[in-house]
Amino acid sequence: MNSKAIELKNVNIKYNENPVLKDINLTIEENDFMAIIGPNGGGKSTLAKIILGILKPDSGKVLIFGRKPEDTRQLMGYLPQKVSFYHDFPINVFQTVLSGRYHGLFKGHNKDDHIAVIKALKDVDMLEFKDWQINRLSGGQMQRVFIARAIVREPKILLMDEPMASIDPEMQNAFYSLLSKLKNEMTIILVSHDVGTVLTQVDKIACLNSTLYFHGPVEEAADGLEELYKCPLELVTHGIPHRVLKKH
Amino acid sequence: MMGILQYEFMQRAFIAALLVSVACGIVGTYVVIKRIVSLSGAISHAAFGGIGLGYFLGLNPILTAIPFSIVSAFSIGAIHEKINISEDTAIGIIWSVGMAIGILFINLTPGYSPDLFSYLFGSILTVSNSDIIIMVILDILIIGIVYLFQREFLSIAFDEEYSKVLGIHSELIYILLLSLVALSVVVLIKVVGVILVIALLAIPAAITKQYTSDLKKLMFMSTITGMFFTSLGLLLSYIFNLSSGAIIVLVLAAGFLISYYIK
Ligand SMILES: Nc1ncnc2c1ncn2[C@@H]1O[C@H](COP(=O)(O)OP(=O)(O)OP(=O)(O)O)[C@@H](O)[C@H]1O
Ligand SMILES: [Mg+2]
Repeated sequence: MNSKAIELKNVNIKYNENPVLKDINLTIEENDFMAIIGPNGGGKSTLAKIILGILKPDSGKVLIFGRKPEDTRQLMGYLPQKVSFYHDFPINVFQTVLSGRYHGLFKGHNKDDHIAVIKALKDVDMLEFKDWQINRLSGGQMQRVFIARAIVREPKILLMDEPMASIDPEMQNAFYSLLSKLKNEMTIILVSHDVGTVLTQVDKIACLNSTLYFHGPVEEAADGLEELYKCPLELVTHGIPHRVLKKH
Repeated sequence: MMGILQYEFMQRAFIAALLVSVACGIVGTYVVIKRIVSLSGAISHAAFGGIGLGYFLGLNPILTAIPFSIVSAFSIGAIHEKINISEDTAIGIIWSVGMAIGILFINLTPGYSPDLFSYLFGSILTVSNSDIIIMVILDILIIGIVYLFQREFLSIAFDEEYSKVLGIHSELIYILLLSLVALSVVVLIKVVGVILVIALLAIPAAITKQYTSDLKKLMFMSTITGMFFTSLGLLLSYIFNLSSGAIIVLVLAAGFLISYYIK
């Protein structure tokens, strides 16, 4: 039996009296490979931040492996949708990824950390740039570095918010094959707008627009998807094969 | 030229110039890369409240400046987390409230307040042995804290949200960083005074940042740059008999301009 990696119970959150997530109940099992999809402003990034514990819900419960999010930070890998930093910041690619291997106060980096950074940079095909200052990178290269920073922790839960934004097709392929390797070792959650592609890759999906329309195996998601985007399935998925999505 | 070093007050002045450059190089690097220059300006002006308190209580104003600058650092750090008060507004308030408190204390102190001017604009030539001891202690404290918390400081300066995900208590680390700024301000008051402190924190790091993108090198080179320009400023102020704080700031600014154009 799988144990529960993430459990959200009746989670509500408002921004300035404007409800963003309403009564979310969601369980994600260990080693699930799930995509969260939904329209802009649907609350996907907000949900991700609640799971990470950097936003507190107004009401409801969040449990990560049965514990509070603040106590499970060592288990989480995260790619933010948008990283805000000063582009002239004096840090190179290697150091950026290394910062993902944080062990706690007064604990320096060791040999294993350096090996893990090299490996993560290879996985995103950025090793040759390791000594570059980050402001010399292109947008897509920068995104790859932040993907490396997320996976370098060897997390139990990998949460990626729009990982494929500004990534070229070749790297997208490489990225999905990397995820299919990683999915045996960790729970993976992707937030994505590329519904067509993501449905062929993940095992489960959650359809979110302020409330959760559907969550479960991809094959059963057809009705949920139509309801979520209020348009025919073919448009949402750009005609992905119907053997993946069965309509009821 | 070396003749001027025969005076003990000149020796102390040069030692002070070297000591403050250490604080400036290290803390100033963070101030510049995290873009908290005007925030540091608020902390230094707020320290004037402590200087007034020192006059009022008859204590060394440098010592009473410490709690004032630390408290202002904590207040700004606490406001940082509140989205409904902008940091910019907080800077303006703390800046002026600190100065106002200082002026009140000086009003309340009977008699004439001597060398008040020197706390506003600095007077490196009147640095005493006990000032030097305070500077050494604060320098050691700054180096020690930066050494111990370098990973956390880097993380919150670069990407604060991500540092939370890593499990760093980013609010506390930010307050610690601001406290370091506060301590550096105290080190610098004797040399350039509360009004000019910000130039010494910002300019050496701003000069060297054009030449390196490695944080450790940046700190080291900023320290050396600071030592060079403060000593040069000190020398010039002695030769031309002009206010040392002002000359040091102008020499630094000229150094920045030159470095910008030859780059
Ligand atoms: N810091 C904030 N302050 C106020 N409102 C916010 C804030 N962050 C998000 N919101 C609001 O919350 C809602 C959900 O935002 P969120 O970023 O979670 O959406 P999303 O599903 O990730 O959208 P996208 O697909 O565009 O990334 C939006 O209506 C947005 O306006
Ligand atoms: Mg989003």
